[in-house]
Amino acid sequence: MITLDNLTKIFNTSMGPVTAADRVCMEVGEGEVCVLLGPSGCGKTTTLKMVNRLIEKTSGKIFVGGRDTDTIDAVELRRTMGYVIQQIGLFPNMTVEENIGVVPRMLGWDSQRIRKRAVELLEMMALSPAVFLRRYPRELSGGQQQRVGVARALAADPPVLIMDEPFGAIDPINREVIQDEFLKMQQTLRKTILFVSHDIDEAVKMADKIAIFRGGKLEQFDSPDNVLAHPANSFIADFVGGDRTLKRLRLLKVRDVLKADAPSVRPDEALETAVRRMHEHDQGHIVVTDADGCPTGCLFLADAVGRHGSAGDHARALPSPVRLDADLRSAVSSMFTHDAEWLPCVDESGAFRGQITQRGITHRLGDTYRAAALTAAVPADEGRPAAPQHFRGAAE
Amino acid sequence: METLRFIADNASLILYLTVQHISIVGVAVGLAILTGVPIGIAITQNRRVADAVLYIAAIIMTIPSVALFGILMPVLSLTGHGIGYLPAVIAVLLYSQLPIIRNTYTAITNVDPALREAARGMGMRPWQRLWRVEIPLAVPVIMAGVRVAVVINIGITAIAAYIGAGGLGTLISRGISQTDQRQLVAGALAVSLLAIVADYALLWMQRRLTPAGVRA
Repeated sequence: MITLDNLTKIFNTSMGPVTAADRVCMEVGEGEVCVLLGPSGCGKTTTLKMVNRLIEKTSGKIFVGGRDTDTIDAVELRRTMGYVIQQIGLFPNMTVEENIGVVPRMLGWDSQRIRKRAVELLEMMALSPAVFLRRYPRELSGGQQQRVGVARALAADPPVLIMDEPFGAIDPINREVIQDEFLKMQQTLRKTILFVSHDIDEAVKMADKIAIFRGGKLEQFDSPDNVLAHPANSFIADFVGGDRTLKRLRLLKVRDVLKADAPSVRPDEALETAVRRMHEHDQGHIVVTDADGCPTGCLFLADAVGRHGSAGDHARALPSPVRLDADLRSAVSSMFTHDAEWLPCVDESGAFRGQITQRGITHRLGDTYRAAALTAAVPADEGRPAAPQHFRGAAE
Repeated sequence: METLRFIADNASLILYLTVQHISIVGVAVGLAILTGVPIGIAITQNRRVADAVLYIAAIIMTIPSVALFGILMPVLSLTGHGIGYLPAVIAVLLYSQLPIIRNTYTAITNVDPALREAARGMGMRPWQRLWRVEIPLAVPVIMAGVRVAVVINIGITAIAAYIGAGGLGTLISRGISQTDQRQLVAGALAVSLLAIVADYALLWMQRRLTPAGVRA
């Protein structure tokens, strides 16, 4: 959808020419969120602003939807792209409805259509239209203002959104909420989005692809998991942080590492049954579930072996269950809280669906490193030789 | 006392002179808005030109009004209107330029850069941004400049009575030349009152014209 071909920008400053963007090449597919990430002054904002021609490029080409942006009038181009900035920039002299209607009005929509669209967008942003249509920006909180800012960018239903650190000015708690809402919206709308951020966590959360910039050059363009698991060089490895494998946990859900065949036992069943099942699955514990299948307790092998009675009598307290759709980072945090190496998993109705283990999680995270070691060469700036030829493809 | 009786007896004269006074100031400041606001907008494009224009307007402001009348009279007498209405209106027009141009210029250059960025980024052309965003936001400050212009020029127009322009200054000048305290006080009171009332009236209008989203 958006293709950058050797995009370059050189500024002539009083200290000589400065290359802000150096032959950037990348391609963002339709419906993808691409986060441009990097430290201050790396060229990510410059690159972003060249796409909607707020900054004119020095050389190279930009294609949006297959069309060369040089062939389109800059102002017309910008009207086909939603633009959201960090300082929000809602016009204080206009109501929320008028703000949202700015681009539609320029495109010639009639006021009925604009009002309908404003109502639709406000509902999408979880802002009640009856209350907010007539409000002025100064009557809104920061989070509400930015939601309206996003609604304004979406008003004319552009296929592309250009966002320059849009959630940077919002407090961290609200930021999480707005990011979540935005992701949910994007699942429905599937806009092609270019998003500048300097926050690795935000990038990992929001992006389908991350583009890491340094000194005007595009250093790596890859999925968040690959950027975290296989940073292309030591700069990126440092930038994403020493805890990058923990960051990868946010990208996985509990159901991705679920061991669904975990055994369970009813409270009225015999201890011998429980012991047998524990041996079958080679586990030192078994979950006790009630008639609805909800986990109520945990029976340990040490307490059950050699004894008689029902499972329910000897069960102990259960480590707190996690939902299937929870992210692994919070699940692992829960493991640490409860000093547990495993956790039971439940679905929305609370029924026991299996368990996750520390071993299972680390093994799953390690898959990508094992695959890489077998098939790929080592990153260029480390001096080790490539993997031996006869191992290639052996994993498959 | 005597002055009050004088005012009561000559109410229609005072009213006539007041209308004359208002007409000079009103026409001149109205024209000044028509010239000053566009100039103020135009100079936002170029810093050097802005500095030059504001400097010239400030210099005009420093010329004492009697001196300005003195300059205008021989020039305008070539057209046959050396005294009276025309030189008064032109002088008031010139004195109004600085407050109006400067306030317009300041208001527009002080519009939040984020708004300019957002407007540009969403595909507004410069005139659309000016018309829909910058001017509405600038109106309160421009009106404040108009108020300053009006209040100053009500005073200056009082002096224009000396060149035959009429207005409430007539009472003051006659009061001085005829040593008539009643006319003097009546004229002085009337001019002061006019200035105060005009200021309040324009303040009301300033509040009315301030966009709803900006009102404090």
